[in-house]
Amino acid sequence: MPDPKNIRLKIKRQDRPDTKPYWQEFNLPHKPLANVISCLMDIQMNPVTRQGQAVTPVVWECNCLEEVCGSCTMNINGKVRQACTALVDALPQPIVLEPMSKFPIVRDLQVDRNRMFENLKKVKAWIHIDGTYDIGEGPVIPEKQRAKAYLLSECMTCGCCLEACPQFTKDNDFMGASTFSQVRLFNMHPTGAMEQEERLEAVMGEGGIADCGNAQVCVEVCPKKIPLTESIAEIGRETTLQLLKNLFLK
Amino acid sequence: MRKRKPQYIVIGGGLAGLAATMKLCEDKAKVTIVSYQPVKRSHSVCAQGGINAAIDTKGEGDSPETHFYDTVKGGDFLAHQPLVRDMCHQAPAIIHLMDRLGVAFNRTPEGHLEFRRFGGTLYSRTAFAGATTGQQLLYALDEQVRRYEHDGQVKKLEWHEYLSAVLDSKGICRGAVLHDLRTGEIFTARGDAVVLATGGPAQVYGKTTGSTVCNGVATTTSYLQGAKYANGEFIQVHPTAIPGRDKLRLMSESARGEGGRIWVPRKPKDDRAPLTIPEEERYYFLEENHPRFGNLVPRDVASREIHDVVYNKELGIGGQPMVYLDLTHQSEGFLEHRLGGILDIYTKFTGDDPKKVPMKIFPAVHYSMGGIWTDYEDDGHGLIDHQSPRNQMTSIQGLYAAGECDYQFHGANRLGANSLLSCIYTGLMMGPGMINYSKHLGSHFEDVPSTVFDQARDQWKERFEIIKKMNGKENPYSLHQDLGNILLASVLIVRENSKLEKALIQISDLETRFRDVKCLDTTHWSNPAPSMIQQLHCQIQLAKIITKGALIRNEFRGAHYKPEYDLNQPADFDPHEYVEYIEKKQYGEIQEEEFSPGHAAYMKRYEECNEQWLKTTIAEHKNHQPEISFEEVNTSLVQPRPRKYD
Ligand SMILES: Cc1cc2nc3c(=O)[nH]c(=O)nc-3n(C[C@H](O)[C@H](O)[C@H](O)COP(=O)(O)OP(=O)(O)OC[C@H]3O[C@@H](n4cnc5c(N)ncnc54)[C@H](O)[C@@H]3O)c2cc1C
Ligand code: SF4
Ligand code: SF4
Ligand code: FES
Repeated sequence: MPDPKNIRLKIKRQDRPDTKPYWQEFNLPHKPLANVISCLMDIQMNPVTRQGQAVTPVVWECNCLEEVCGSCTMNINGKVRQACTALVDALPQPIVLEPMSKFPIVRDLQVDRNRMFENLKKVKAWIHIDGTYDIGEGPVIPEKQRAKAYLLSECMTCGCCLEACPQFTKDNDFMGASTFSQVRLFNMHPTGAMEQEERLEAVMGEGGIADCGNAQVCVEVCPKKIPLTESIAEIGRETTLQLLKNLFLK
Repeated sequence: MRKRKPQYIVIGGGLAGLAATMKLCEDKAKVTIVSYQPVKRSHSVCAQGGINAAIDTKGEGDSPETHFYDTVKGGDFLAHQPLVRDMCHQAPAIIHLMDRLGVAFNRTPEGHLEFRRFGGTLYSRTAFAGATTGQQLLYALDEQVRRYEHDGQVKKLEWHEYLSAVLDSKGICRGAVLHDLRTGEIFTARGDAVVLATGGPAQVYGKTTGSTVCNGVATTTSYLQGAKYANGEFIQVHPTAIPGRDKLRLMSESARGEGGRIWVPRKPKDDRAPLTIPEEERYYFLEENHPRFGNLVPRDVASREIHDVVYNKELGIGGQPMVYLDLTHQSEGFLEHRLGGILDIYTKFTGDDPKKVPMKIFPAVHYSMGGIWTDYEDDGHGLIDHQSPRNQMTSIQGLYAAGECDYQFHGANRLGANSLLSCIYTGLMMGPGMINYSKHLGSHFEDVPSTVFDQARDQWKERFEIIKKMNGKENPYSLHQDLGNILLASVLIVRENSKLEKALIQISDLETRFRDVKCLDTTHWSNPAPSMIQQLHCQIQLAKIITKGALIRNEFRGAHYKPEYDLNQPADFDPHEYVEYIEKKQYGEIQEEEFSPGHAAYMKRYEECNEQWLKTTIAEHKNHQPEISFEEVNTSLVQPRPRKYD
């Protein structure tokens, strides 16, 4: 039975990318509405382990604290998710915190997810406009299509889908579900569609859509409920068409 | 000779920083963009409500001129009018641009932009993208900047901290001292100009609706380097936030727009479950005190009422500083349809479902109208000369500022959905002037001796060495919390001089305690502790700016409420009377009898108050303290008049 007045945390720490990880445990007084981030903040104010050893405060990443910036992803009790929405009262104790395992460790719970942003470059995840000068209204877009795009545009590059994906590893180039979904987003837009081919070419190469094993765990862990399997299927279709086009027209 | 390409350093990748970067790149400049975290994770993603532009798609007769009037009135006339007017006239083009960039703005059945209503106006003027407008806008700009990064025009320094500007012997800004938050290296970057787009300072209060990096440090550093800080005391407190341990998350105004009612039990410390409390034992104080506006009174009014009920009447729920925001009388289907995404936030963070139990909410620090002082040049026709290098320049030559960190657009109180606009507007508007600034600079950073940069760097290296050696008894994180608590207790919704004086003393006591801080981590890799201590140092200075400004400003204007100086507007007063009064005055003496009883005297009080206080507060760092002075506000376009919302 966990003590209702206490929160027990077990945290996997690592001082540098090239040093060995180790575990530390902390005991904190229970406070109403506590979440994992508020616990880490409490540790900052009193960085002493359960055994009474003074240590350095735990290092992690966060910003918005309302699950919209994607910063605070980590493994909590073995499940990848955002720490800011991880309410302590809903978690079995001890609460075990580990950094994401598919990205290079920076320190403690902080990892380097730059690969995700690099992938956005590879697939040209943007709309190429003529310029910022005032040339009037944008394209007319049916609300239904807008709503579909909106679902995809909520992706906060948090990396949960990649952490869970069996195909995505530290040493391969697999782009992963979030990238494919962004390709779909930009190909859907009337202006974005003008660069559709280049985007498709990018996901037809190494690490592209062909490497997806369709395990579908990505969609289960996405905090924004982005229809990733739909996106993967759609990009699969688009790339097949593109392949045929390349064969016959080029 | 090859044409020299202008080069800039932009600090911050929120809406303002990204908009500035995009615009400068379009003009062929090279830009280094610096941010604590990946720019895509900047605070701007938190904005839910929307962004204003008077496009008038519903035949309501809205226009940029009306938007302009609503904004200066909302700000209690403390904003420079040509700037606000220019922003409102540019707003439609900004929305169309963001739309072209792919922002998933909600649409009408015909596929055009949809608009909704927001506080402080009678028009449907707010464009929105679901419940995450800020996120959608930020992503669109992030994508454009990524394109320029891909093409080699932008260099991103994420996980870097801006420490200060590099000033040459003439005090001109030639670059920035930066801190690599992973390696700990301190180095300088050079540029024709530096832009601060570093967002708001809400974290000075410790608990806010803002993100963790909204710390106000970059602007305070500039103040310590000699820049002017303006209107610091104008801090917006949003009436409805969700109490939390780490953050006070915003509960959108739209909850009240869809029928939400605010109440407390009539009996003090009543701890019965809310739905078991009978109707007659509930105190719907906004509805009782404001029969016409009810729960939709403006933000500052609602915050003051809640404050009064909780602290003066001691009627907070169960004795705690909280009131109910109740939607349970609406059907679940209706709430799901109209407020789904917004109510989910409440459930996510409290575990309770607002469709079934009343929400517990309380006002929280939300936004700073004040910020670093910036300049502008009007075109003589009530708009801005977009080619002027003075636009958005701080009082340090070559150091610019844009977004929430500047002070120019919202006066004494910001209207909802106007901030996203001012952020993008300033970012875009300043571009051409900055390019001109580079063109006409006599000497460039290439001509500045490298010792200037080396010295700036070495000073900071020393400073961080000293911090790492701090080995006292005070925990810096606890100290930060204490600082926040001082401000929350005395410099919030209701301000009294005796309390403000006390707060200033408490802040300087805290400054003494700061010297006894312990640097909790002295390692050399990805160590946030030394930066945090430096930031705390700046926040103590900023707390003084805010508090001293509040102490000296003896009036009630917008978010700055001093009950002692309330001019007591007669209940039947009509603001147009004041315009009439001013006109009549030009042609001779005013006869009291021409106005309803008490009105002439009230208007005289108002006029005198404006003469003394319709001014920008300026704080300058002198002898380690903020020295406060006042500057004229440009009110050349509309006659300031008493605010009234009914
Ligand atoms: C919960 C919430 C909801 C809101 N909703 C709305 C709304 O609906 N409509 C509206 O108009 N406004 C809204 N606002 C206000 C609006 O969101 C902000 O004013 C606006 O996003 C600020 O944008 P910015 O570009 O100035 O700065 P930010 O987005 O805050 O970005 C600041 C950037 O500067 C960087 N930075 C800061 N200091 C340093 C440093 N020293 N070194 C390196 N980098 C640094 C940060 O990393 C970040 O990239 C809301 C605010 C909150 C808190
Ligand atoms: S479907 Fe499976 S393999 Fe493909 S991205 Fe998702 S988790 Fe990875
Ligand atoms: S798709 Fe979902 S899980 Fe993947 S990065 Fe985006 S928000 Fe995160
Ligand atoms: S802190 Fe932004 S998602 Fe958790």
